[in-house]
Amino acid sequence: MTLGMKKIFALVAAFFPAVALAAGGNVHLDEHLTDLRDTASLQRGAQTFANYCMGCHSMEHARYNRVAKDLGIPEEMMMENLVFADKKFGDLMTIAMDQTDSKRWFGATPPDLTLVARVRRPDWLYTYLRSFYEDNSRPWGVNNVVFKDVGMPHVLAGLQGLQVKGTAQVAVGFDTLTGQEILEEHHDVLYIEEEGQLSVEEYDKLVFDLVNFMVYMAEPIALERERLGWWVLLFLAIFFVPVYFLNKEFWRDVK
Amino acid sequence: MSQNTNKIMAWIDDRLPVTQTYEKHMSKYYAPKNFNFWYFFGVLSMLMLVNQILTGIWLTMQFTPSAEAAFASVEYIMRDVEWGWLIRYMHSTGATFFFVAVYLHMMRAILYGSYQKPRELIWIFGMLIYLALMAEAFMGYVLPWGQMSYWGAQVIISLFSVMPYGDLLTEWIRGDFLISGATLNRFFALHVVAVPLVIVALVVMHLLALHEVGSNNPDGVDIKKHKDENGKPLDGIPFHPYYTVHDLVGIVVFLMVFCTVLFFFPEGNGFMLEYANFEPANGLKTPEHIAPVWYFGAFYAILRAVPDKLLGVIAMGAAIAVLFVLPWLDRSPVRSWRYKGLPSKIYIVIFGFNFALLTWLGTQPATELLTLIAQIASVIYFGWFAFLVISPMIEKTKPVPERVTGGH
Repeated sequence: MTLGMKKIFALVAAFFPAVALAAGGNVHLDEHLTDLRDTASLQRGAQTFANYCMGCHSMEHARYNRVAKDLGIPEEMMMENLVFADKKFGDLMTIAMDQTDSKRWFGATPPDLTLVARVRRPDWLYTYLRSFYEDNSRPWGVNNVVFKDVGMPHVLAGLQGLQVKGTAQVAVGFDTLTGQEILEEHHDVLYIEEEGQLSVEEYDKLVFDLVNFMVYMAEPIALERERLGWWVLLFLAIFFVPVYFLNKEFWRDVK
Repeated sequence: MSQNTNKIMAWIDDRLPVTQTYEKHMSKYYAPKNFNFWYFFGVLSMLMLVNQILTGIWLTMQFTPSAEAAFASVEYIMRDVEWGWLIRYMHSTGATFFFVAVYLHMMRAILYGSYQKPRELIWIFGMLIYLALMAEAFMGYVLPWGQMSYWGAQVIISLFSVMPYGDLLTEWIRGDFLISGATLNRFFALHVVAVPLVIVALVVMHLLALHEVGSNNPDGVDIKKHKDENGKPLDGIPFHPYYTVHDLVGIVVFLMVFCTVLFFFPEGNGFMLEYANFEPANGLKTPEHIAPVWYFGAFYAILRAVPDKLLGVIAMGAAIAVLFVLPWLDRSPVRSWRYKGLPSKIYIVIFGFNFALLTWLGTQPATELLTLIAQIASVIYFGWFAFLVISPMIEKTKPVPERVTGGH
């Protein structure tokens, strides 16, 4: 790979800030601006999850029909596109892979992901899924910046391409007079060496949707909870008025 | 109609002292008229106790107390049980607000010397409630069987290993060689039956003792010294209706805060429902950072501040035990901090904030700097009790008024 190509990809990386390793092993996490109201995003995330994740990862506390209802997916479409094997609409989203087998294959059983967004938090997931890089010392040929020596292969490599960690020229801005970009040499940055099916932006969007879906799955009631919360607070605010005046009325004669 | 009602009441009263009890504790219980904001937290603690009991009963209907099924049954409650999520969040948020109310209630007693003679027993019963509440909360946190449930229990139970026959003792507590389904099952039994019974019984004693001697007030004066011709304290007003309607205002405001957290921040930013607790318990995988839930933070910080494990446990035990003897440490001739000297006033404020600081420290990883701060804060904590003993010798108090001031 020529330095020129490196520069181009690093340029993109600078505008969609990928991961830079800070000293001391503290990893900067990119912010995931979770939007549970974006049903289309959740639907796309569900699709990605079913196609790329569910071979190994269950969501065993959730049910297909609840997901379909909450994300506005008709039953037939859900059954055709997202429910595989002989699963029924009301079933829990378990998987068929044997845990002993998977442990032998990956060194650890792939964890259930129903609650992963509550354990790891959205920012971590969003960064993690975009931080695989080539590392031939690892069994699957990849390592991860935010999860060192992770046992998981880069399942989405076909989409993202393969990132390499190294030194590259990163565009940090534009010269306002000449319009030329200002380059700086950065170490330990990730840049794409082999392109995948998606551009960097497209891949970021895909991961964003996937994480959005995982956040929804971790707490499917979240939106309804907040909606209801406003009504409860409104009730209490209104209830406060008679309670306040009742108290005032009674205490009028206390000197 | 009312004549009939009177007849029925008379019939009952001949057999059960309903009217008499109602009058003694409500309509003819004379409370000082100058209660302020701090006096809401007693009734608010009770409100949270009721909340915990009611939501707890409904949670037990769906919860499965076994190592294999506990975690999944909580998620079942959160997803498949109608309104299960609300009941669960009311319970988990309720635990936090119970402790908030209890801590502020205790701070009120400290500010106004409510533990002083003749209210020592009220304070002792209160401390016993607090102790039972800590046991209750600890065991309740184990039940969802997440990583923090498991490892938190591991840390707390291992504290008992420093005692004589420690290994035997910890094994006896766990009911197994390590924390297992046996531990979970017995904690469930204790959490839903034994400890709540104890707490309710202690609350009854707390109130009986309070109503025997009467409530203190922000001035720390005795309202029974000045009575009218009917023997009613001049500065007292019947609890019902005056304080029932008054408390209702506090309850509504408190519920607004409670519901804001419940509906918008049910995880309490990881302080109430810790992130690691959304991962099922795994005895082979120690979390990076084991932190207690916030309400144990202060005592955990004191434990960690001492470099030696045995001495640390002793310090932690002493931090709780010293509160029990507070009524006998405070030698001041006045109750309320309003009439104590300036050093007392300053230290009492520091004590309050210092406790909050310790609470926060207990939830943080023990870095070198934070450990040093925790050590200083621990000294400030214990120092306050020593100061209570010596302050009457070194500072003059202000004259206490005959009658209550301010109020309405």
